[in-house]
Amino acid sequence: MTGTDILALAACGLVAIGLYGLVAQAEVLRKIIAFNLLGAGVFLLFGVVARRGAAAGLGGDPVPQAMVITGLVVAFAATALALVLTLRLYQIAGAATVAEDPPERTASEP
Amino acid sequence: MTATTQGGWLLVMALTLPAGAMLLAFVAGGRHARTISLAALGLWLVIAFAIAAQVQSGGAPLSYVIGGWQPPLGMALRADGLSAAMLLTGAVVLLAVALFGRTPYDTPRGAPESRAAYAFWCFVPALAASLAAAFLGGDLFNLFVALEMLTFTALALACLDGRPSQFKSELRYLLFALIGSVLYLLGTGLLYGAYGTLDIALLAGRTRADAPTMVAGALMTAGLIAKMALFPLHLWLPPAHAGAPAAASALLSGLVVKGAFVLLLRLWFWVLPAPFVLGGASVLAALGATAIVVGSVVALRQERLKLLVAYSTVAQMGYLFLMFPLLAAADAETASRAWLGGVLQAISHALAKAAMFLGAGLVAASLGHDRVNALGGAARAMPVTVIAFALGGLSLMGLPPSGGFSAKWLLLRASVETGQWWWSLVILAGGLLTGGYVYRIVAAALSAPAPGCMARPVPRAQEYCVLALAVASMLLGVLPLYAFGLVRVGAP
Repeated sequence: MTGTDILALAACGLVAIGLYGLVAQAEVLRKIIAFNLLGAGVFLLFGVVARRGAAAGLGGDPVPQAMVITGLVVAFAATALALVLTLRLYQIAGAATVAEDPPERTASEP
Repeated sequence: MTATTQGGWLLVMALTLPAGAMLLAFVAGGRHARTISLAALGLWLVIAFAIAAQVQSGGAPLSYVIGGWQPPLGMALRADGLSAAMLLTGAVVLLAVALFGRTPYDTPRGAPESRAAYAFWCFVPALAASLAAAFLGGDLFNLFVALEMLTFTALALACLDGRPSQFKSELRYLLFALIGSVLYLLGTGLLYGAYGTLDIALLAGRTRADAPTMVAGALMTAGLIAKMALFPLHLWLPPAHAGAPAAASALLSGLVVKGAFVLLLRLWFWVLPAPFVLGGASVLAALGATAIVVGSVVALRQERLKLLVAYSTVAQMGYLFLMFPLLAAADAETASRAWLGGVLQAISHALAKAAMFLGAGLVAASLGHDRVNALGGAARAMPVTVIAFALGGLSLMGLPPSGGFSAKWLLLRASVETGQWWWSLVILAGGLLTGGYVYRIVAAALSAPAPGCMARPVPRAQEYCVLALAVASMLLGVLPLYAFGLVRVGAP
């Protein structure tokens, strides 16, 4: 088993933990952390792809690495946006969960 | 090998003009933001029209190679019939919604700018730029970025009012969208690992039916249908779309979900290998059929007008998936009919649903509530809005002459011709159920006002924006069929 294989398995593990957390946790903050774990797994996978595609004396294929940088920026922006929303929700409603309300409160007020 | 075609610069303009306008509006603020935004959207409509005219007259897709760097190293912008038609629809809806938003997001002369108005006029051109990126993008990774831009701008627009109940449903929307885009990105990584490129034109016809491609296809499809709210991943959509302010709901339901739809079409009919498409198309269509029935039945039972319209979006999005098995297993003539039917459904739904959400917003603003059973007197206070709402409803039902009728008729015909008659039953049942919930609203609006009902008058200009959208969705149905040759340019 080479180093790349170990990284690939680690990527799979991160994706699995992240997906589980996103689906199973009710707290928004935990969901956001899980999303970041999931993202880290995906970016690691891009790294593995880059390493395996290495050619012409380069250490790795640069294209997936460039994609990871873009992906990181997007994931950072998404996390920031989600955190701001969570903070506002906590300030207004006193709790930060996305669990279902009783039906009369989820209905949109005019 | 992709080369920049004549008129390729139009694609660059379609992308950079709204993005530039957003930056300018962000810096200028106040009344200037509104002027800049409206002017840019007007120009954007002209550009979208020019692209559509060029694609239709040339009969071939436009493309532009950015910086002269050939794919797979560089990236290309491409506009085929699908992109051009969706871009034009997006431009019409955005301009109408922006004109509608002139009243609620007005900054009076001398008054300090409000947060909502400032955000609205910055994010509307931002939405235009993200839509252009999603419709014109030529490689799967760029499309991922476009998808994220769409989510962020849509979310900002949905939160304009800043009410607590709104934050909760929008946060749930964001989480669903994030899961969707991460799954899409994961699939992109696998595809790059297998083929060394993400350019759609380079991947087309070269993908193999092996395990990595199948897994990538399944992951990306799951991500995209979470963003399109296909049954059973639809639960986030109704509260998110109904909780947003009227102008934002119209954009979310009319346009944002269509961005993911165009990506799904690109993925399935350009990138993925034939065995995957043949095997998976019926599954998608079965989910779509369930969405039509469940969405319509739940819509029929809603108490609130905006929630009803939002559930109707779940049902109408279901129709889009019926085109998949018809395209995958048909002869050229029938496939072309199914293609046209599906795309036409996306376009007519965008126009009709935008009109209905804006109409519902006006009704709620006038009556002070949006309970369906207490709409009495609405037709007397705002006849134009109620007529527009009913016209939009006719298009959703699929009654002639409307865009919805042409779309559903083409899908119906294709389903009978391919021997998959069971889809036609769903199309007809969906039409009847749609008729049911549209009748409920229109009948309530036409009834006599309840005692003590105070309907405030609404601005005429806003009413005409709603009517224009509804009439546009009807006009699609009376256009002669050759006008839709555009949609067939570059079709799979």
